[in-house]
Amino acid sequence: MDPKLINDCVHCGFCLPTCPTYVLWGEEMDSPRGRIHLMSQHVEGTPITPEMAGHFDACLGCMACVTACPSGVKYDRLIELTRVEVEREHVRDPQERAVRGIVFSLFPYPRRLRLLRPTLGLTGRMARFLTRVHPSLGAMAGLAPRVERRQRLPRVVRARGERRAVVGMLTGCVQREFFPQVNAATARVLALEGCDVVVPPDQGCCGALSVHSGCDDQARRLARRTVRTFEQAGVDTVVVNAAGCGSSMKEYAELIGREPGFEVRDLSEFLTELGPVAKRHPLPLTVAYHDACHLAHAQGVRAQPRELLSGIPDLEVREIPESAICCGSAGTYNIFQPQAARDLGDRKAAAVRTTGAELLVSANPGCTMQIAAAMRRAGAHIRVAHTAEVLDASLRGVTL
Amino acid sequence: MLDTLVAALRSLLPHDSVITDPVRLRTYECDGLTYHRATPGVVVLPGTAEQVARVVRLCNDFGVPFVARGSGTGLSGGALPREDGVLIVTSKMRAILEIDLANRRAVVEPGVTNLAITEAVRDRGYYYAPDPSSQQVCSIGGNVAENSGGAHCLKYGFTVNHVEACEIVTPDGDLVTLDRMDPGYDLLGAFVGSEGTLGIATKVTVRLSRAPEAVTTVLAAFESIEQGGQAVSAIVSAGIVPAAIEMMDALSIEAAEAAVACRYPEGAGAVLIVELDGPEAEVERQFAQLEEICSGAFELRVAAGPAERAAIWKGRKSAFAAVGRISPAYIVQDGVVPRTSLPSVLAAIDRLSAEHGIRVANVFHAGDGNLHPLVLFDDAEPGAGERAEVVSGAILDLCIEHGGSITGEHGVGVDKSRYMPRMFSEADLDTMQLVRCAFDPQGLSNPGKVFPTPRLCGEVPGVRKGVHPLVESGRAEQF
Repeated sequence: MDPKLINDCVHCGFCLPTCPTYVLWGEEMDSPRGRIHLMSQHVEGTPITPEMAGHFDACLGCMACVTACPSGVKYDRLIELTRVEVEREHVRDPQERAVRGIVFSLFPYPRRLRLLRPTLGLTGRMARFLTRVHPSLGAMAGLAPRVERRQRLPRVVRARGERRAVVGMLTGCVQREFFPQVNAATARVLALEGCDVVVPPDQGCCGALSVHSGCDDQARRLARRTVRTFEQAGVDTVVVNAAGCGSSMKEYAELIGREPGFEVRDLSEFLTELGPVAKRHPLPLTVAYHDACHLAHAQGVRAQPRELLSGIPDLEVREIPESAICCGSAGTYNIFQPQAARDLGDRKAAAVRTTGAELLVSANPGCTMQIAAAMRRAGAHIRVAHTAEVLDASLRGVTL
Repeated sequence: MLDTLVAALRSLLPHDSVITDPVRLRTYECDGLTYHRATPGVVVLPGTAEQVARVVRLCNDFGVPFVARGSGTGLSGGALPREDGVLIVTSKMRAILEIDLANRRAVVEPGVTNLAITEAVRDRGYYYAPDPSSQQVCSIGGNVAENSGGAHCLKYGFTVNHVEACEIVTPDGDLVTLDRMDPGYDLLGAFVGSEGTLGIATKVTVRLSRAPEAVTTVLAAFESIEQGGQAVSAIVSAGIVPAAIEMMDALSIEAAEAAVACRYPEGAGAVLIVELDGPEAEVERQFAQLEEICSGAFELRVAAGPAERAAIWKGRKSAFAAVGRISPAYIVQDGVVPRTSLPSVLAAIDRLSAEHGIRVANVFHAGDGNLHPLVLFDDAEPGAGERAEVVSGAILDLCIEHGGSITGEHGVGVDKSRYMPRMFSEADLDTMQLVRCAFDPQGLSNPGKVFPTPRLCGEVPGVRKGVHPLVESGRAEQF
C-alpha cells in the first residue's frame, strides 16, 4: 500500500460524524480516521490481527467520509487496497470462510442466481432455521425480495421517434434476476427518450461486489470480460441503473490498467445530460428519495435523480433526514455484518417514516431490499421503486 | 498497577467499553494535533455520568492519572493520553437530554457534537452560537474544556458565555453540578476552559440563541493583506460589530480552492468574510456603511441566500484541513494580537517565513485579532519540521511582544505549556497551581497539560524553595 495515500490524512476528524459505524458505536477504531490509523500501523509492520481485520470488515465502504474529507484523502482506494491485504493475510474462521465462499460463488453469476429464484418464496419460513445455521444466511433470507416474472430484454431496443443516441445497457446480476422490472423500465425510458439501447445478451457481472470485498483476481477477471463485451457491442456510452455497479465501472481504468473504449453513466446522470423530450404524465405521489452511497458519495450524483423526479407533474419529492448516512446494505455488508446492517437499516427506516411519503425511491437494488426489510420489521410497509420505474410510469402515463 | 485497575474497570463497564488491545489503543494515541503521541494505558468508553465518576474514583484508589477525550479534534494536544493512565472517552455519551425553548436551554451529554445542538433546534428558529470550524464533529464536552470559540464569537462570545450549568465529575470522583446562578465564586467560570485539569463534564446545559432576523454575508477581495487589515480596523472603528470578520491570505485561499472549490475571486491577495446579523433595518444600515468602507476591494460579493452563504463559509471552515492539499505537513498556530497590530505582525510573519524558507498561510478571526498561521513544511525533508517549529514558536513570541496571547481558542494543552513562562511570571503560575490543587489535590486529572512542568500538589510549586507567600501570610492553604 502506498504510504502517501495514508499521509494525506491530517487527523482532523471531519469524517467521524458521517461514518455509519462511528454513528452506531462511537469508537475511534470504527471510524475512517481510526481505520486509516490501523492501516498505517500495518504499513509500519504490524501484522493484521483479527481485531484489526474486524474493524476493516466493519467498514461499509459507503464513502461518506470521502465526501466529508477536506484533505482529499482517497479512502475509497485505501479501503479497497486494505481489503485485498486482509484477504491475503488474514485467516478467517471456517464458518465465515464457508459463508463468504457461498456469496462470492453465487452473486456475481446471474445464471446461478436464477436457480435460486424458485426458493425465494420459501425464505420467509426458512429464515429462522437459517439464522441458527449462520446469522449471515438468516440475513440473506430476511432480505429476499418477492420476485417478479422474468423478462428477457431483446438485443436492441429501438428508439421511439427521432434517434438521439445509441447506448449500451448493463443488466447486472441481482438487478437482472431479482428486479427484472427495473431493467425493463430502464430500457423503455431510454427508448422513449430517443435512444437505441444495446443489451448484449452475454454480459456478466461487472465485478463490483468483488472489488468491494477485496477479491482482486475475481474483480479483474469480471471487469475485463465486461469491458470486452461492451467494446464488441460498439457503444460509446454504457448506461448503468445500479449505483454500486456504476461506481466500480467508472474506476475500470485503475482496475484493469487501461481505459475502456466507452464511458460509463448512471441512468439519471445520462438522462439529465441528454435532456427530456418525452411527455411526462402526472403522477400524484409523495416520494422519499434515498441517496444510494455509491451514487451520492462515490459518483457525486445527487441532484440529477431529484431533478428527474421533480420534473414529473403532481409528484412531490421529500428529503430523508440524515440522508448522507448509509442504510446498511452496502453490497454484501448486510450478509457479512448482519447486526450492524440491521441497526443501520432500522435507523434509516425510522428516518424514512418521518417523511410520511407513500413511495420510497432509490437507485440501487441493495438499498431497496434493505430498507424495505427494515420497514417490514417496524411494521410500516412502504412501497419501493427504482427511479427508472417512476419515470417509466410517468412517460407511459400509467399508474405505479 | 494498571493490570489490577483494568480488572476493576472490567467489572464496572460493559465488556466492549474497556479497550486494552494494543492495536486498538494506538488509534487513540493523539487528537487533532498529531505532533504529540502517546499510547494510552487503557481506554474506557463510559455510557453514563455515574460510570465516569466510578472510573475516576478507581483512578484515585490506584493513584493512576486520567485524561478525558471527546471527538479528539483538539489542536493543542489537550487530550494527549498518558501511557501510565486511563483515557476516558465520552463519545458514547451523546444524547440530547432536554430541549427547553421557553427558557432557551438545552441539556446535553458531553459527547454530543456542537452542530447537533443547532440541528436539533434550527427548524424552530434557534441555534447554539459558538461555532468552531470543526463544529460538525467536535464535542460539547471538549468545547467546555477548551472554552472553544469560532468565527461568530466576535459578537456573541465564547463557550463560557453560552454554558449555563455543568454536571461534572471532580478529580476525586464526586458528581457535582456547577450552575451559573450559584451564589458565591463563579466555579463554572473556572471550570470552562480548564482543559480537563479540573474534572470532566458529564452533562452540559447550554444557552440557545434566537436565530437573527436578517443575515448578510459579504465576501470582499483585496489585492493585498494590508488593505484587508485596514478594512478590518475601519469596520470596527466605525462602531459596527459584525457577527464575524474573517480573513484569509492568498496561500490559504489556494488550499481552500483545491479542497472545496469555493470559487473565491481570482487573484485576491486577501479575502475578508464579513457577516452582519440582527434586525433587518440594522443590518441594512450596517451593510451600506460596510460597502463604503470596503470601497478599496476589487470585488464585493454578497450571498444571495443560505446556499451562497454556506458556499462562502465552506472555504473558510475547511481551511485548516484543506492545507493538507498544498503541503504534506503543517502546524496550526493560534495566537492573539491587538487588532491594531495586525499589519505589523503579519509583516513580521512574512519576514520570518522568508528567513527560514518556510511557507506560512494565514487564516484568522480578524475581528478579534485571533491569528491562525498555518506553518507549512515537508516532513520528508530533514530538518524542515524543526525549522517549522522555530517559525511557529517565533510567531507566538511576536504575539506576546505586541501585547497579545499565546492562544485565542485552541488552548494551551501540551503543545504550548512551555510558552506559559514567557507570558506569565513565576508568581502567576504558582497562583494558578493553587487553584488547580484546590480541585485536584492528587494531581491526577490531565496532568502534564497547561503548566510547563508537571507538579504535584502538596509540593511547593515552582523552583522556589520555601513556602508560597500566599500560604505564608495565611491567605491560602496548601493541600
